Amino acid sequence: MTVDTVEIAEKTPDDEQPWAELGLKADEYARIRDILGRRPTTAELAMYSVMWSEHCSYKSSKVHLRRFGDLPKSEALLVGIGENAGVVDVGDGYAVTFKVESHNHPSYVEPYQGAATGVGGIVRDILTMGARPVAVMDSLRFGRADAPDTARVLPGVVAGVGGYGNCLGLPNIGGELLFDDCYAGNPLVNALCVGVMRHEDVRLAKAEGVGNKVILFGARTGGDGIGGVSVLASETFDAEGPAKRPSVQVGDPFTEKLLIEACLEIFEQGLVTGIQDLGGAGLSCATSELASAGTGGMHVDLDTVPLRDSTLTPAEILMSESQERMCAIVEPDKVDAFLAVCRKWDVLATVIGEVTEGDRLTVDWHGERIVDVPPRTVAHEGPVYERPMQRPADLDDLQADDAARLPRPSTPEELQAHWLAVVGSPDGADKTWVTEQYDRYVRGNTVLAQPEDAGVIRIDEDSHRGIALALDGNARYARLDPYAGAQLNLAEAYRNVAVSGARPLAVTNCLNFGSPEEPEVMWQFAEAVRGLADACRDLGLPVTGGNVSLYNQTGDVAINPTPVIGVLGVHADVRQRVGGGWRADGETVLLLGETREELGGSAWASVVHGHLGGTPPTVDLPAERALGELLADLGRDELITSAHDLADGGLAQTLAESALRHGVGARLRLDGDPFTVLFSESTARAVVTTADPAAVRAAAERAGVAVTELGTTGGDSLSVDGVLDLRLAELRAAWTATLPALFGSPEVAVGTVPAGTVPTS
Amino acid sequence: MRVSRVVVDVVLKAEISDPQGQAVLGALGRLGHDGVRSVRQGKHFVLEVDGTPDEAELKQIAETLLANPVIEDVELHLPTD
Amino acid sequence: MRIGVLTFPGSLDDVDAARAVRLAGGEPVALWHADHDLKDVDAVILPGGFSYGDYLRAGAIAARAPLMQDVVARANDGMPVLGICNGFQVLCEAGLLPGALTRNSHLHFRNRDQVLVVERADTAWTSEYSEGQRIVIPVKNGEGRYVGSDADLDRLEGEGRVVFRYADGNPNGSSRDIAGVTSENGRVVGLMPHPEHAVEDLTGPSTDGLGFFTSVLKAVVAA
Repeated sequence: MTVDTVEIAEKTPDDEQPWAELGLKADEYARIRDILGRRPTTAELAMYSVMWSEHCSYKSSKVHLRRFGDLPKSEALLVGIGENAGVVDVGDGYAVTFKVESHNHPSYVEPYQGAATGVGGIVRDILTMGARPVAVMDSLRFGRADAPDTARVLPGVVAGVGGYGNCLGLPNIGGELLFDDCYAGNPLVNALCVGVMRHEDVRLAKAEGVGNKVILFGARTGGDGIGGVSVLASETFDAEGPAKRPSVQVGDPFTEKLLIEACLEIFEQGLVTGIQDLGGAGLSCATSELASAGTGGMHVDLDTVPLRDSTLTPAEILMSESQERMCAIVEPDKVDAFLAVCRKWDVLATVIGEVTEGDRLTVDWHGERIVDVPPRTVAHEGPVYERPMQRPADLDDLQADDAARLPRPSTPEELQAHWLAVVGSPDGADKTWVTEQYDRYVRGNTVLAQPEDAGVIRIDEDSHRGIALALDGNARYARLDPYAGAQLNLAEAYRNVAVSGARPLAVTNCLNFGSPEEPEVMWQFAEAVRGLADACRDLGLPVTGGNVSLYNQTGDVAINPTPVIGVLGVHADVRQRVGGGWRADGETVLLLGETREELGGSAWASVVHGHLGGTPPTVDLPAERALGELLADLGRDELITSAHDLADGGLAQTLAESALRHGVGARLRLDGDPFTVLFSESTARAVVTTADPAAVRAAAERAGVAVTELGTTGGDSLSVDGVLDLRLAELRAAWTATLPALFGSPEVAVGTVPAGTVPTS
Repeated sequence: MRVSRVVVDVVLKAEISDPQGQAVLGALGRLGHDGVRSVRQGKHFVLEVDGTPDEAELKQIAETLLANPVIEDVELHLPTD
Repeated sequence: MRIGVLTFPGSLDDVDAARAVRLAGGEPVALWHADHDLKDVDAVILPGGFSYGDYLRAGAIAARAPLMQDVVARANDGMPVLGICNGFQVLCEAGLLPGALTRNSHLHFRNRDQVLVVERADTAWTSEYSEGQRIVIPVKNGEGRYVGSDADLDRLEGEGRVVFRYADGNPNGSSRDIAGVTSENGRVVGLMPHPEHAVEDLTGPSTDGLGFFTSVLKAVVAA
């Protein structure tokens, strides 16, 4: 087969090229010809097609995401948007890098590998910044819990998240698991990773220094995910299912573990001037981004790339998404030391090129030039769309369909039944079925993990400094009002971090939406970004980076807008963290914050009535801030024994979870209408327990936070004076039965098979 | 030099229970394949060896590395020609 | 007391084992699988993790590492060795302990705070416990089901070589609820649960695991 070279391309300007099949539009193809002054070679066409795809170029979202870059500079932000992950100063000379990313479409096609490689990818992004990855979180969404396809997808995804993360030695410290019909053909798998380093260890992805070598290291390159980027992220699935099976990426966490250890030793020895991981668009991305961010020129001899499959064409090698690969820029006199570290860890490493004079990225194949492009045009000057936006036509009616008008429980029995229904619903139920498949202990620094509101990691054993993380994304709220919905998700993650006693510091986001080609979806996206940016400005939090996933839909129906927000906070002393869960009898239960009747988008409306309508709860950022600061003070002063925030399912959910944690009930008195008090989802609220209610009240008053006494801990039921008595045993039965009933109680499924009784064939 | 293909199959000993095989059997039943009575899951190794295979050497490889003799049985398939 | 912690490619809980040794008052010494250098340690810990990605069989490739030859030789001379989780798998593959570890019977990876009953309080690693004592130690594995032929298991039980048994539920289907076993001389112990994750109230379900590491410091002195 003759390889298409630059020379040939110059001589054959009218050759037909499959730009449409590769996902490019006619005007984009024309622009490439313009940039190069000739038709692109096959390899160049492949590079542009993957790098200009939605997933890599963010062409539909860029104009909106600029709002995050426009936020006031935060002193805590050491590295902002644009790098692999943002970096935040957490004090004492420590820097933390964290980011959340999606791997939705691959997880529908191959649940285990899709989820596994999603974890692998985000971990490499963190590693690339110079940090040791120290924890992961996962936010998962599937179709209805009882849908047949959910049973196909969910177990594989969970096994993949666990299988990859556990093998890397990263504790999983929290996440989400939610179900909704809108995800039936398009699960959402968002993975977060956090890493820690010293300020001076931050690495950036740029190629500088003429003559410095470009080294590709990690796994061999094969045919994984070829066209994955442009095919999977820029198109949608049929309603019938994954009829076409693009080759998915297959992960090897052992190789990535070796890569992590090798990289950290390489960093420690100061052997690289720039480093980039290979994710979406593989080598095309790594080389063009490194060159583009640096001083301009790079040359690569593509035939030196170690292959797993010798039949790959140069274009395929450039597009391959084989996992567990990194690309480093290394000074010539450090190459030997670099290769020695790789040899020690049995990591394959190959010099594939070098940084050059000028500003072109050139790639040769057996001495013939097959790529000669300006790297900026590939990596950073992709198309920018200003897609049309339109407020959804159904939104007025949807918002007018007030959840307050839904039939309410009229007897104590009904109230109790609704309480059990909400808490026992797939969204509200005990997630142990999932979380037991994750290692929470590895590295020995996990202070809090699921089901706590935030994951908390100790980062210094002497000073006890620590970090807290929460990941939240209510999509029902966002469907009713994307602007408010994004703000509410930020508020919830912020509140979850604050409830642990930490000070919120920075934000990451994974914006999961439908097709940007639909004006109504584009409007939702723009509103969500605007809402998030405005809220971050009000709370003084920088957005450090994140991810956009578009084209999430089944057939023509977009998913609910699902902006998943991650918040990072810092604990000056993790020993002062506060957990949820009541431990002792005789403590006072206090509700902090104000409750109004706010049922729009609530779990109660969804679970009991299958209803989504009205407007979401009011956003009150000053109240969130006041609550957050109050909680930090209460934790520091050791005035509270537990704290749990209120969110989906309102007070009903929070009380149930707090009581069931250690099997301690409460005798409660709810003033006002018990239904509203239990199921409203007003924001900026938390439930705390304390042995010194007077001190807590005083602190709350100084903070301007309302306090309502709910009752006293103790007993084996949640009893509401004069209304109902919900026995913990019954509550626990409902709460723990749901997921095993749906996805198999493993012991029941396989059974204890007595040895020797299985006949051999 | 000639290259020979040697196949090694490894299965759990009969007295060790095989939950993976059980899970497969359960799935077959749910898919309507009632005629399958049992499934044992094992490993299949394909070795490409220089020249004529040394039976003793391969037996040792198979029985001490590819299989764990405490819990696994091994079958060595040498090329017949 | 110098307690070696051996790192294979893919070992994960070596850092945690070293911390536990330090908290117990010992000096952790990092050992590298590829060297034939035990660095004069008084005892060795084979930590948890996924050495070699659990390829072939969990612990199979690690058991054949160069340094394991030295470990086996010293163990035969009475040096205390503790195998935790993957380390236990390595000890079985290396022939220092009987039986084998296989896929959990329910086929899931399971991480749980597990109750164990101590059945032998006279091994090099358990002298700080008392017989019959119940302790809470995290268990986290996908290939943690302890198996052996009936004959082998009967002999093990008959010789009193079961050191720990699962209580209040068996997390992985191990035969006879066996969580950990010891060698004939009581100096080599392997168990699936992770005592190094139960050494600080801040990060573990208990501090019940510290006893392993304080025990061996006494065993080393006494030897």
